[in-house]
Amino acid sequence: MTTLLKVEKITKKFGNLYANDQISFEVKKSEVLAILGENGAGKTTLMNILFGHYTPDSGNVNFEGNAIEFGNTNNAIKLGIGMVHQHFTLAENLTALENIIIGRQSIFSLTLPKRNARVKILELSKKFGLPIDPDELVANLSVSEKQRIEILKTLFLDCKLLILDEPTAALTPQETDALFSTIRNMIKTGLSVILISHKLNEILAVSDRIIVLRNGSSVGEIDTNSTDREKIAEMIVGKKIDYPKKTKIPKKSKVLSLIDVSYKKPDAPNLSKVNLDLYGGQILGIAGVAGNGQTTLAKILSGHFKPTQGKIIFEEAKSVHTSPKSFMDLGVAYIPEDRNSDGIVGDMEIWENAIMTEMDDPFLRNSLGIINKKTSFDRSENLCETYDVRMQSIRQRSRLLSGGNVQKLLLGRWLMRKPKIIIACQPTRGLDEGAIASIQKLLLEAQQNGSAIILISEDLDELLTISDDISVMYKGMLSNPTESSSTNKLSIGLQMAGDGFL
Amino acid sequence: MIKFRLEERANSPYWLIILSPFIAILVAIILAGILIVLAGANPFQSYYQLIIGAFGSKNSVAETLARATPIILTGLAASIAFRAKFWNIGAEGQLYFGALATTFFGTGLVVLPSILMIPFLFIMGALAGGLLLLPLVLLKLYYKVDEVVTTLLLNFVVVLLVSYLLEGPWKDPMSLGWPQGKSVIEEGVLPQILSKTRLHLGFIISIFFAFSIWFILSKTVIGYRIKSVGLNAAAASHAGVPIFKTVLVVALLSGGMAGMAGVTETAGLKGYLTLDLSPGFGYAGIAVAMLANLNPIGVIFSGVFLASIYVGADAMSRAMNVPTYLADVIVALTVLCILLSLVFVHYKILFFGAKKYD
Amino acid sequence: MIEFIEIIFTAGFWAATIRIACPLILATIGEVLCERAGVLNLGIEGIMSIGAMVGWMTVFLGADLYTGILAALIIGGIFGLIHAIFTVYLGASQHVTGIGITMLASSLGFFCFKLILPASTTPPKIKPFQPIDIPFLSELPFLGPAFFQHTPFTYLAILVVIFAFWLMNSTPLGLSIKMAGENPMALEAQGIDVFLVRTIAVVLGSALMAVGGAYLTLSAFDAFYFGMINGRGWIAIALVIFASWKPERALMGALLFAGLDAYQVRAQQLAGAIIPYQFFLMLPFLLSIVAMVIAAKRTRYPKALLIPFRRGERH
Repeated sequence: MTTLLKVEKITKKFGNLYANDQISFEVKKSEVLAILGENGAGKTTLMNILFGHYTPDSGNVNFEGNAIEFGNTNNAIKLGIGMVHQHFTLAENLTALENIIIGRQSIFSLTLPKRNARVKILELSKKFGLPIDPDELVANLSVSEKQRIEILKTLFLDCKLLILDEPTAALTPQETDALFSTIRNMIKTGLSVILISHKLNEILAVSDRIIVLRNGSSVGEIDTNSTDREKIAEMIVGKKIDYPKKTKIPKKSKVLSLIDVSYKKPDAPNLSKVNLDLYGGQILGIAGVAGNGQTTLAKILSGHFKPTQGKIIFEEAKSVHTSPKSFMDLGVAYIPEDRNSDGIVGDMEIWENAIMTEMDDPFLRNSLGIINKKTSFDRSENLCETYDVRMQSIRQRSRLLSGGNVQKLLLGRWLMRKPKIIIACQPTRGLDEGAIASIQKLLLEAQQNGSAIILISEDLDELLTISDDISVMYKGMLSNPTESSSTNKLSIGLQMAGDGFL
Repeated sequence: MIKFRLEERANSPYWLIILSPFIAILVAIILAGILIVLAGANPFQSYYQLIIGAFGSKNSVAETLARATPIILTGLAASIAFRAKFWNIGAEGQLYFGALATTFFGTGLVVLPSILMIPFLFIMGALAGGLLLLPLVLLKLYYKVDEVVTTLLLNFVVVLLVSYLLEGPWKDPMSLGWPQGKSVIEEGVLPQILSKTRLHLGFIISIFFAFSIWFILSKTVIGYRIKSVGLNAAAASHAGVPIFKTVLVVALLSGGMAGMAGVTETAGLKGYLTLDLSPGFGYAGIAVAMLANLNPIGVIFSGVFLASIYVGADAMSRAMNVPTYLADVIVALTVLCILLSLVFVHYKILFFGAKKYD
Repeated sequence: MIEFIEIIFTAGFWAATIRIACPLILATIGEVLCERAGVLNLGIEGIMSIGAMVGWMTVFLGADLYTGILAALIIGGIFGLIHAIFTVYLGASQHVTGIGITMLASSLGFFCFKLILPASTTPPKIKPFQPIDIPFLSELPFLGPAFFQHTPFTYLAILVVIFAFWLMNSTPLGLSIKMAGENPMALEAQGIDVFLVRTIAVVLGSALMAVGGAYLTLSAFDAFYFGMINGRGWIAIALVIFASWKPERALMGALLFAGLDAYQVRAQQLAGAIIPYQFFLMLPFLLSIVAMVIAAKRTRYPKALLIPFRRGERH
C-alpha cells in the first residue's frame, strides 16, 4: 500500500509544556489509523498541526510526497486533508449548503454557485449514506445531522485523508454504528481516515492500526488485529489507575421531587412534563444526546431557570424563591457543564474562587462586609489540601490550573458545604483518567455521606458504573428511572434515540 | 506576508504594567505633536506653553485641580461600571441630572445650615444620577436591552430637558435673558479652599470618594462581587453571587458618582446651572478610567492629568494659535494608546513567516 | 385635529422622510456590516462627523461633489482600518476602541476644520447636490414630488441598500462575513482568513458611515457645524438591533424612524405653542430606546459579536 501521509518528529510546546514531543508516524492509502490517548495526551494538538491551525516548533509533514505548509489551513485543504473537529465548526445562522460551500471560491468572487453545489452534495450524501437537507438552517439540526454536514464538507472538497476528532462523543450507540459503516464505505473508495478517540471498544471495532500517545509522546504502534483491550489500556494510561468502587447504600428519605415540570422559552431547549424523585444517598444518572434538555433541567434544579409550569418540591421547605442563592441555601450544589466558562472565574485568584460560595459566612467577613483575608486564605488553603487541588499558591490566577484541578476546586467548594443535593453536569468530560477517578471518588464519598446526586453525563460507561438508577432525556421528556444493574448500553442507546417516548 | 500570533503572558512583568500608561501618554503626545507642526507651530514651545498654562502659577494649578474635580468623579463612575462590564457611557446625562437635583433642592426649596446642606445636595445629586440610570439597568436585566446605546441616547434627552427647564420654568429671571438657573443658596455653595481662586471643596470631596470607592472595590464583599461579575458573570452566578443585585449596586454607585460631578459644578464652580455646565466631562471620565486601568486611586492622577491638558490647551491655543481641539485629540489618542499598551502588557506578539519545509 | 392627519398626505412629508432617512440608512448599513462580522463599531458617531467635515471641506476647497463623497469614503475607511487593527488583529476591547475612535475622529475633524478656517464665525456654505427630476416619474402627482425629485446622493443611498442586500445574500464575501460573526472557527476551518474578512467588513462599514455623514453636508444641508451629527450614529446602532442585522430591514427601520421624525417636525409647527420644542427633539432618542425594547424579545445577536478571534489559541 502506498503511503499517503508521513509525519516526522513533530514537536509543539505550549509555554513549558510539551503538547507533542518528537511524534512520527505514517498513514497509508485506504486504512483507518486510530490515534488513542487520554485527554491531554496531545492528540488534538497533533491534528491541529496537520490541518494547519497550529505551527509546530519543529518537524516535518509530507502528504503524497509534498511538504505541507504549517499554519495554513487552506494549504491543508488544497492538498486533500479534511478535518471534523470535536466541537463542530458550523455557523448556525447559515444553511447546511452554505456551510459546505463557503471557502470554495475566493471571497472576492461575485457569485455563489449554489445550484451546482447542491447537486454534488446530494450525490455525495447518497453515495456515502449521509442523509441531509441542504437548505435547512444548521441551528435546527440534531447533533448527528451536524456531524454528517461536517463530513460532507470534507467530502465536497474531494479530501483524501479525513481526520475525525472524537466523533462519537455526542452520539448514541446506534448513531455510532451508522458512522462506522460510513467510514468503512469511505475506505472502500480509497480514502484514508485518522480516527482520534479515547474509547477503546470503538477503536478496536473500526481501525486497522493504532498509535498510542501519552503525555505528548508516542508510546507505541500496533496492528489492531494483533492486540487486545487490556494491552492498549495499559499503554494509554502507563500506570495503574485506582478506579473507585461503588458500594450501594440503601436510599434514605426523599429530598426533592419535580411534578410535571415544563419549560417553554426560546432561550434554551425546552422541557415537557418532567417528573422526578430524588432520595438521599442515591445517584440518579441522566443520559441523553446533547441538546435534549439536560442542561435546562440542571438549570431548573439549581434555581437558574424558573419552570414555566409544574412544581419543584424540596422536602424541607414549603415554597422557595427561584434564584441560585436560595437553592444554595437549601443545600443544592451545582457543577456546571462547562467548568471554564461557567464554573470558575479564570482571572480571579484561586482563593477568591474558593470562597465565592461562602460570602455569607461571618467567619470570612465582618458585619460591614469587609473581607477577612486571613481566614479566607486559611479556608482556601484547607480546601485545596482536602481535595488535592494542586497549585503553586492560592494567590495564583485560577485559569492557570489544569482541568482536573479546576474541577476538584469547584467540587471541593461545594462539598465543604455538605450539600444535600448535588447536580453534576458532565463532571469528568475532558479530564485525564487520574482526574476522572478522583472526581468519581469524591462523588461516591458524597453519596456515602448521604447526599443525593444527579449525574448528567454523555459517557454511558460512567453512568452505568457510578449511578444507582438511570433515566434518559429525549426532546425534553424524562424516562422513568431503571436500576443501572438491570440495563445496558444498548437499551439506553435506543432510548436516547427516542425509543419508548410518546 | 508576515504572520503574527498573540500569546497570552502567564504573568506580566511589573515594570511593564507600571510603565505602560506613561509610554502610552508619551506616544499620544508625540502623535499630537505632528498636528501642532501641521498647524505651523513649534511643538516643543507649544507643549511648554501647555505645561505653563496648567501648572505655571498658583492660579493655574487651582484652575487645573478645579477642572479635575468633575473629571475624577465621572472617571470613578466609569471605573466602577466598567469593572463589572456594565457599559455606562451616560455619565454626561447623569452629571446633568445631578446638576438638576442641585438646582431643584439647592436654590431655596430646602434651607439647612451649611454643614448639613452640602452633604444633602451631594446625596440628592447622587440619587438623581443613580435614578436616571435605574430604568436602563432594569431594561438590561429584564429585557437584555444593550446599555451602551441606551445610556448614550439618554445623554441627548437629558441635555434637551435641561435646555427646556433653563429656557422655561427654571429660568432665573435675574439672568438678563441668558438661559441659566437660579443661584444655589449660600449655605449650599461649596467653599473655596484656596483663596482668590476657583478651587473649591469639591476637589477634596472627589478625592475622598476616590479612596472610598477604592476601599469598597478592594476590601469588601460588594467589591469582590463586582469584580467577579465583571470577569465572568456566568461563573459568579453559578456560585451564588446575586447578579441582579450586584449590577444594580454598580449602576447606582456609578450613576451616583456622575451625579455628584453635577453637584460640584453647580454648587462649586459656577453657583448655578447652565447649558454648557459640562464640556464633555462625562466622556472624559471614560478616558480617565481607562488611563488609570480602572483603579480608583489612579483616577485621581489621570483626572488631574486630563484636566491639565484641557486647561493648558486653552493657554497654548492663545499663545501659539493652535486650535483648542488639540486637547480633545490628545485625550482621544491617549485612550487608544492605552488600549494598545494593554494588549502588549497581557500578550506577547510572536511573529512567524510562512516557512517551507522541504 | 384633522391637520395632524393631513400631514401624512402631503408630498413634502414623504420627501422629508426620505431626506432624513438617508444618512441613517447609510450609517445603519455600515454598522450592520461591522456587527455581522462580529465587530461592534462605536466609532460610528465620530466617523460620521469626520466624514461630514472631510466631504464638505473637499468641496469647499474646490473639488466637485462626487470627489467629496469619495473623500468621505476614504477617511471613513481609514478610521475603519484603525478600528480593525485594534479590535480584529489585536483583540482590544471593542467598546473602548469604538469610544476612542469616536473621540479621535470627531476632535480631529474639528481641529482640522478650525485649522483651515480659523476665523469663521458663521459657517461658510457650498453649493450642495441639487434635486434632479426623474423623467416622467417626477411629473406624477404627489408621487413625483415625494419620491422622484431627490438629489443624486439620495438615489445613491438607495443603491447602497440594494448593494448591501446583494452582498450579504449572494456573494462569498457576504457569507463569510455572516460566518465570521457567528462562528469564526468555522470560517478558518474552511480556509478563509477571519482577520481579513472582519477587516474588510469594518473598513467597508466605516466608509459607509462616513458617507452617511457626508450626506448631511453635501445634500441635506450646505455647511458643516460642530455637533451636527447629533446622536445619529447612536440612533443607527439602535436601528441595527431593531433591524435584526438585515440590510433590507435597516432600510425599513430608517424610513419608519425618519417618518416619525418628519412627522414630529410638522406636528411641532402645529403644536409648537403648547408643547416646547425640546420635547419634540427628544423624540428620536426616546423612540430609539423604545425600538430597542420592542426588538429585545426577538433579538438574536450575532454569536461572536464582541468576541475577538485569536488564531491558534488553545481551547
